[in-house]
Amino acid sequence: MSRYTPEEKVKLARHPERPGTADFIEALFTDFFEQRGDRLCREDGSILGGIARFHGRPVTVIGHRKGKNLEENLTCNFGMPGPEGYRKAQRLMRQAAKFGRPIITFVDTPGAYPGREAEERGQGEAIAQCLALMSALTVPVIAVITGEGGSGGALALAVANRVLMLEHAVYSILSPEGFASILWKDSSRAGEACSVMKLTAQDLRRSGIVQGVLREPEGGAHTDWEAAFRTVDAALVKELAALDKMKGPALARQRYDMFRAMGQGLLPAGKEEP
Amino acid sequence: MNRTFSMRRDRLLTYQTMRERKITSVRRVKCPDCGAESAGLEWERSFQVCPKCGFHSTIGAYYRLSAILDPGSFQELEEKLEPADPLAFPGYPAKLAGMEEETGLRDAAVSALGRIENRRAVFVVLDSRFLMGSMGTAVGEKVTRAAELAGKRKLPLIIFSASGGARMQEGIFSLMQMAKTAAAIQRFQDRGGLYISCLTHPTTGGVTASFASLGDIMLAEPGALIGFAGPRVIEQTIKEQLPEGFQRAEYLLDHGFLDQIVSRSQWREVLARLLALHEEGGRP
Repeated sequence: MSRYTPEEKVKLARHPERPGTADFIEALFTDFFEQRGDRLCREDGSILGGIARFHGRPVTVIGHRKGKNLEENLTCNFGMPGPEGYRKAQRLMRQAAKFGRPIITFVDTPGAYPGREAEERGQGEAIAQCLALMSALTVPVIAVITGEGGSGGALALAVANRVLMLEHAVYSILSPEGFASILWKDSSRAGEACSVMKLTAQDLRRSGIVQGVLREPEGGAHTDWEAAFRTVDAALVKELAALDKMKGPALARQRYDMFRAMGQGLLPAGKEEP
Repeated sequence: MNRTFSMRRDRLLTYQTMRERKITSVRRVKCPDCGAESAGLEWERSFQVCPKCGFHSTIGAYYRLSAILDPGSFQELEEKLEPADPLAFPGYPAKLAGMEEETGLRDAAVSALGRIENRRAVFVVLDSRFLMGSMGTAVGEKVTRAAELAGKRKLPLIIFSASGGARMQEGIFSLMQMAKTAAAIQRFQDRGGLYISCLTHPTTGGVTASFASLGDIMLAEPGALIGFAGPRVIEQTIKEQLPEGFQRAEYLLDHGFLDQIVSRSQWREVLARLLALHEEGGRP
């Protein structure tokens, strides 16, 4: 599993031919009905979402979309959402909860867009609301990190009951370039950053940040889409069946407790009661 | 309350506050913003705000608490909580030790039980002098425990943020603190809790994108930089200059993300009013 260095995995995770959210939706779901717009300001193409059937059953599916060619890249802003994208996601998730549909998300973004309008419309607030909303949802939520899980922009779709990761996907606090530039004021040390950040699926599985690693075909998901689809499909079927046994409040509790525990075991001091 | 206790708390807060202040007994202070010189005593009286131009200079967490809490009401929480080093990040333990030496803090947040005009609340104050007030596991845990305690005791929660965002040295664990704190705040609010979020200079990154933006009431100090991405990153990305006042508290107020701007000397009065307004009908 670890034939690739973290730096090579970052390259694989960003591979332009790697299947993206639109491909997973097309392959794994039927009857996809896209829902656009945040009902406040505009449509954000970097988040793709709607209702679809998963093995016949209606679910809400949402993911980051990077686009496959330059024209698509531009409409999707290279997979970097603005607040409108996150607010569209919130709208879809609220609807899913209302109609009792499970939510499946696909995470693949370099991060939320650092732009002037994004800031003016509350990028931080939009992400914060996504985290808060997802933490309390009473329907099953499964997130699959398929490529790049970059920063808060990725986490905003990944507060799930199960967070799964493709074998060569990465998930980190910031892009390795950004990390190196903040800590060492030198973005060319990104390679070094990759190895200290513990951003691979294997590292994250070990530390309990993700709950499952999904095997990729030899050479990476881009070499054999069908194989990648089969693996993700099987994992979703299995996890969804497990979550179906839980009632709404239990789902919210399990999700809360899981994120509540992250990092807690690392801290030396116990809880004090004044 | 037992008088000896409250005097001890007073002394503790005074001691901590003095420990973090570097410019005690300075006779004249030069404003880092407008450059004007004023008497040290005047700065002191205005809680380190320039008497000439109103510039709000950086203050530490204990100083902040000493400026807003009723005397004798300060009761520190989770004092012993120390940061972790989950990535075994090169140089991080030494960096933490250096920061502790410099600021007297174990990490970038102080939490406390306290009163304002005799109304009780749970407080968390982030301290930007400690690694830019960044949020790692310990800061996230403090915020979360404060929200949990406030929920349990049915007390309002008041958080003063000042942070560069999630702490890089703790990697993905810092990122997860965003989800953890946002979830704790959501649960607290779902059960009827009042959360007042007070943004001070600077509040950016993962702190803005989690608990700091989730207040029932959103307030900020004048001139505070508040945003998700930093201005330098944005300028590099969009390759144009940002307008004057971009991401400042006044700009956010105009764009609908704040209820009000509160200058440093008004915090006590404003918070007391808000606590009182939530006493009847709702629940403090």
